[in-house]
Amino acid sequence: MVLAEGVHKRFGRNEVLRGIDLEVKAGEVLCLLGPSGSGKSTFLRCINHLERINVGRLSVDGELVGYREVAGKLHELRESEVARKRAEIGMVFQHFNLFGHMTALENVISAPILVKHEPRERARERARALLDSVGLADKHDSYPSQLSGGQQQRVAIARALAMEPKLMLFDEPTSALDPELVGEVLEVMRALARDGMTMVVVTHEMGFAREVADKVAFMDEGVVVEEGPPGEVLANPRQERTRAFLSKVL
Amino acid sequence: MSSVRDTGYEGRPEEIRAVPVRRPGRWIAAAIVLVLVVAVVHSIASNPRFEWHVVGEYLFDERILEGLRVTLELTVIAMAIGVVLGVLLAVMRLSLNPLVSGASWLYIWFFRGTPVLVQIIFWYFISALYPKIDIGIPFGPAFIHGNANTLIHAFTAAVLALGLNEGAYMAEIVRAGIISVDEGQSDAAHSLGMTRLQTLRRIVLPQAMRVIIPPTGNETISMLKTTSLVSVIAVPDLLYAVQAIYAVNFKTIPLLITASIWYLVCTSVLYVGQYYLERHYGRGATREQAATPLQRVRGILSFRRTGEHFRTSSGEHR
Repeated sequence: MVLAEGVHKRFGRNEVLRGIDLEVKAGEVLCLLGPSGSGKSTFLRCINHLERINVGRLSVDGELVGYREVAGKLHELRESEVARKRAEIGMVFQHFNLFGHMTALENVISAPILVKHEPRERARERARALLDSVGLADKHDSYPSQLSGGQQQRVAIARALAMEPKLMLFDEPTSALDPELVGEVLEVMRALARDGMTMVVVTHEMGFAREVADKVAFMDEGVVVEEGPPGEVLANPRQERTRAFLSKVL
Repeated sequence: MSSVRDTGYEGRPEEIRAVPVRRPGRWIAAAIVLVLVVAVVHSIASNPRFEWHVVGEYLFDERILEGLRVTLELTVIAMAIGVVLGVLLAVMRLSLNPLVSGASWLYIWFFRGTPVLVQIIFWYFISALYPKIDIGIPFGPAFIHGNANTLIHAFTAAVLALGLNEGAYMAEIVRAGIISVDEGQSDAAHSLGMTRLQTLRRIVLPQAMRVIIPPTGNETISMLKTTSLVSVIAVPDLLYAVQAIYAVNFKTIPLLITASIWYLVCTSVLYVGQYYLERHYGRGATREQAATPLQRVRGILSFRRTGEHFRTSSGEHR
């Protein structure tokens, strides 16, 4: 589903990604671990072209991200083409980024109506079902400012799912939450993984990674230091850097 | 607000009843203000040269009401041009294309940097600069052509001058509003597959409105008064109508008061409109909407009757 080969990303002269090779197969859950500033979030944002990569190849579902290859040459995609591809990839942010001027329900129906031109009634019906499924049956008409962090993040997940994505990206979805609210969000994510959703999750929740991930990758200073099944990487890390990090967070 | 709720059951803690601190300073200040107010009111009421009966006589004079209509028309049209132009210039200013953002910068620099009175007179005399005006493809065929003097008469010149000038100010207001919206909002919109234009229209601008509305209300109130400048190019606005009358009967002061009353009435109406507009666009931004003045009055009345604590959340409003 996601294939990265030698991906580099620079911000000015600051090289944030320095050759990332990773693969996520359909139905897999990949957890990206590592200290802040290691490039995890940047890599995630490259996958749906919120950031443009400088070197390497990055593809989703066999198609290059942000480019088309014609006779060995890369052509930039039009804005509308990029948007169409992004619509197939859901993203959940650390700070939720719910649309503040819309209720929970309006947040969920906004993109299906605007981007997919879905009939309003059908979109509302699906949105209600989605909000119910993330445990917010009584919050459809609440504005984000009236919801707790955990509730907001669950609305954000429902909003992403409303586009029926084939891949979900999670950028530290629980880092901005009070400890007691983390569980309700992880529960929703666990259910998603169980249903076979392909997911790339940047997280500091080691318990979640151990339990849900098919694969974890430990990143530091823009490279993948170590990757493998969570049982191996988290229990018996081979690299010294991984061991040092895990000893601090576990 | 974590005040103890008045539950009314027996044995609740007794309210503190203490002797308040004496504040003689307040009493002295109040006395001074009161004396000054009385003096001003007395002078206004007793000075016959105010000629209040003349004010009353002309308040609903047909010529003055016609002038008022022109003033309102100018305000509405000029503000409409200003808002549309402002949004356009603000978006241009935020463009990544240096030529586009540069053009916007230059426009704002020029129109903010010259007095609006000069601009009004300038547009009025535009025919001296361009006797013939052709509208069409640059360096190509023209669709409309005519004599500048017939195309741009006083009212058009006034609308152009006020609107184009306002556009420069509105651009800065709209730009500030757009910048105030968190970048995460655009990220989220883009990640859902919205294009840049959709993101701007549906996500960013509606939320920018909360920041844009208050200064725009200010601009509208300011515009209503600025329109009086157009009397110099003989547009028959409120001030011009008044001037025309006192040029004949020499009742200068009462007629200026008449005009001032109408300006005050209009700005007061705008105040109220702005208040409700702000409330509308503030939804979602606060946990609880502040009560409107009307609701607050009702609350105070019901508090008097039932002795129940009424919560105005005005403290939480922004």
